[in-house]
Amino acid sequence: MKKLRKMLARAVPSGRTGVIAFPFAFLFLFFFVPFILVIGISFSQQQMGIPPYTPLAELKEGVLNIALNLSHYQFLWNDDLYIATYLSSLKMALISTFLCLLIGYPIAYYIARAEPSTRNTLMMLVMLPFWTSFLIRVYAWVAILKNDGLLNNFLIWLGLIHEPLRLYHTNWGVYIGMVYSYLPFMIMPLYAHLVKMDLSLLEAAYDLGAKPWRAFFQVTLPLSKNGIIAGSLLVFIPAVGEYVIPELLGGSETLMIGRQMWSEFFENNDWPMASAVTCAMVILLLVPMALFQHYQTKEMEES
Amino acid sequence: MMNERMNSQALAATQNERADFVQVIDVVKNFGEHVALNSVSLTIKKNELFALLGSSGCGKSTLLRILAGFETATSGKILVDGEDLSRIPPYRRPVNMMFQSYALFPHMTVEDNVAFGLKQEGVPKNEIKERVADVLELVQMKKFARRKPHQLSGGQQQRVALARSLVKRPKLLLLDEPMSALDKKIRQKTQLELVNIIEKVDVTCIMVTHDQEEAMTMATRLAVMSDGEVIQVGTPNQVYEYPNCRFTAEFIGSTNLLDGVVVEDEPDHVFVECPGLDQRLHINHGITGPLGMEVSVSIRPERVRVTREKPEQKYNYAHGVVKDLAYMGSYTLYHVQLANGKIFLANLSSLVLASDDAPSYDDEVYVSWGASSQVVLTS
Repeated sequence: MKKLRKMLARAVPSGRTGVIAFPFAFLFLFFFVPFILVIGISFSQQQMGIPPYTPLAELKEGVLNIALNLSHYQFLWNDDLYIATYLSSLKMALISTFLCLLIGYPIAYYIARAEPSTRNTLMMLVMLPFWTSFLIRVYAWVAILKNDGLLNNFLIWLGLIHEPLRLYHTNWGVYIGMVYSYLPFMIMPLYAHLVKMDLSLLEAAYDLGAKPWRAFFQVTLPLSKNGIIAGSLLVFIPAVGEYVIPELLGGSETLMIGRQMWSEFFENNDWPMASAVTCAMVILLLVPMALFQHYQTKEMEES
Repeated sequence: MMNERMNSQALAATQNERADFVQVIDVVKNFGEHVALNSVSLTIKKNELFALLGSSGCGKSTLLRILAGFETATSGKILVDGEDLSRIPPYRRPVNMMFQSYALFPHMTVEDNVAFGLKQEGVPKNEIKERVADVLELVQMKKFARRKPHQLSGGQQQRVALARSLVKRPKLLLLDEPMSALDKKIRQKTQLELVNIIEKVDVTCIMVTHDQEEAMTMATRLAVMSDGEVIQVGTPNQVYEYPNCRFTAEFIGSTNLLDGVVVEDEPDHVFVECPGLDQRLHINHGITGPLGMEVSVSIRPERVRVTREKPEQKYNYAHGVVKDLAYMGSYTLYHVQLANGKIFLANLSSLVLASDDAPSYDDEVYVSWGASSQVVLTS
């Protein structure tokens, strides 16, 4: 009887395994498998028909032929426009991340130091924009940034400017849109780190002779380092591949990889090229993602 | 002649300064409606280790935070070495604090933690190095200089925190519940170590604690606080042996309080009649107060004898039944129920208990004490 139960226990997975298995299965099916497919497509060739690419492996007269076509990657590497687009994407994502940090840190700091009863309300307000569609919110910025939009009309009415500022269809518009959209992702991890900080550490710093701003730079800032890293990566990683914001707010000079991917897919109908663009971007992002993982696990070990 | 007089004046002045090195004058602190400190005045001598003792919410921590500059007094003044601290921000006060949680900077090594305060002052690098090394030597933490705080035990963290608050050579050192984060076992040892270190560096020190044993062991003088007021100030011995009110008598150690009325008051003795007690209490010192005044008489349990036979003395005994025995190792605590139902506590040393004849449960016994073992409390 005992033996039987033991065997049964070995055969049927425990609850723990089951709980972990579910997200694993989900990620495997809906993330890993599609990604392998995309990698596969990136090594094939464009053709007319459905699907619009050649199969990777073919069975011809009993012989399995596998043809890996590296030409798309070669093209990516040699084409100046693609390299410029990647660099420009990285630059725009970096600047947006930096601006988010500059604006988000004071906000997160203020919320974390607010009365406990008002903290939740303030965090609610930070997350409130998520209640409406991302697309609609970016469209709303079009109405604000246009030459005869709300912002320009307001500034002209104030008499600060006489000619409308060109923001719409420029990189400035993209920065504004990116900072606006990704700011909550910066504020949330920063807030989480700042709110749990032991305030007696600051008192100790004052007590030992540190003026408030020195206490901030020597104690608060270093202690929120992991929050800064987490927030920056949460903004940077999606910002690199952002499509909607540069498409709607950016101009012809806005080079971003998301737009390039879109045009390869839908305008040129070149799936293999689009896949190669995607894979190259993932490889590019692996470094920051690995960093993110590294800091997350390190922090978990520390606490 | 002139010179001599000047010298004696200067001497008197320094003695005066020594006596009133820290002056807390009429300090009031209100948090909205709540009165945290109600006109507290204290003077603390130079190089004294002064304890603020009281249960939580008595205002002792508020006073400490006002001294450190983290709170501002609603009214009143604080002078340290003649300097009014009221308008000086915490980062410019000649005061350093050892925090209850130690508040060591987790991202810095032991060395950097201790050097932090000196760096803020702009002390030259060589001197910082020297002073940090010296103070770490003093607290015997030199070999841990490169560790991070989370790699240290509680006792080691405490010593680093102490070093950090001493390295700037403050005029006044504040200790906030210094032992509360330590295991009970190492507390006693640590208490004495801490006192030794503080004595070595000649610093005036104010500590806050809710633990009366800690205050008694460490402090040269202490102030008993309750509800935002100072109830009594004195040496540990004075406060224990001569409490000035019921609160102190019950708060410091345990005691038996007998309520009664003064029936005879002479300069050298007093008689107090207690309802429920067959004979009067004879107290061998006079008190100030009218006949018929209601008083409480405090008798410490360790001053009480427990015997089967009726004691020979005429006064100061009572008859009762042993209801409970609590064996505490070095002594046993007797709970004796008197005729009026009140429980009377008595400590019997284990030496006495060693005899076979020691009273046990439900035995009828007499509790008795000497005329000098009582303190009359009028408030």
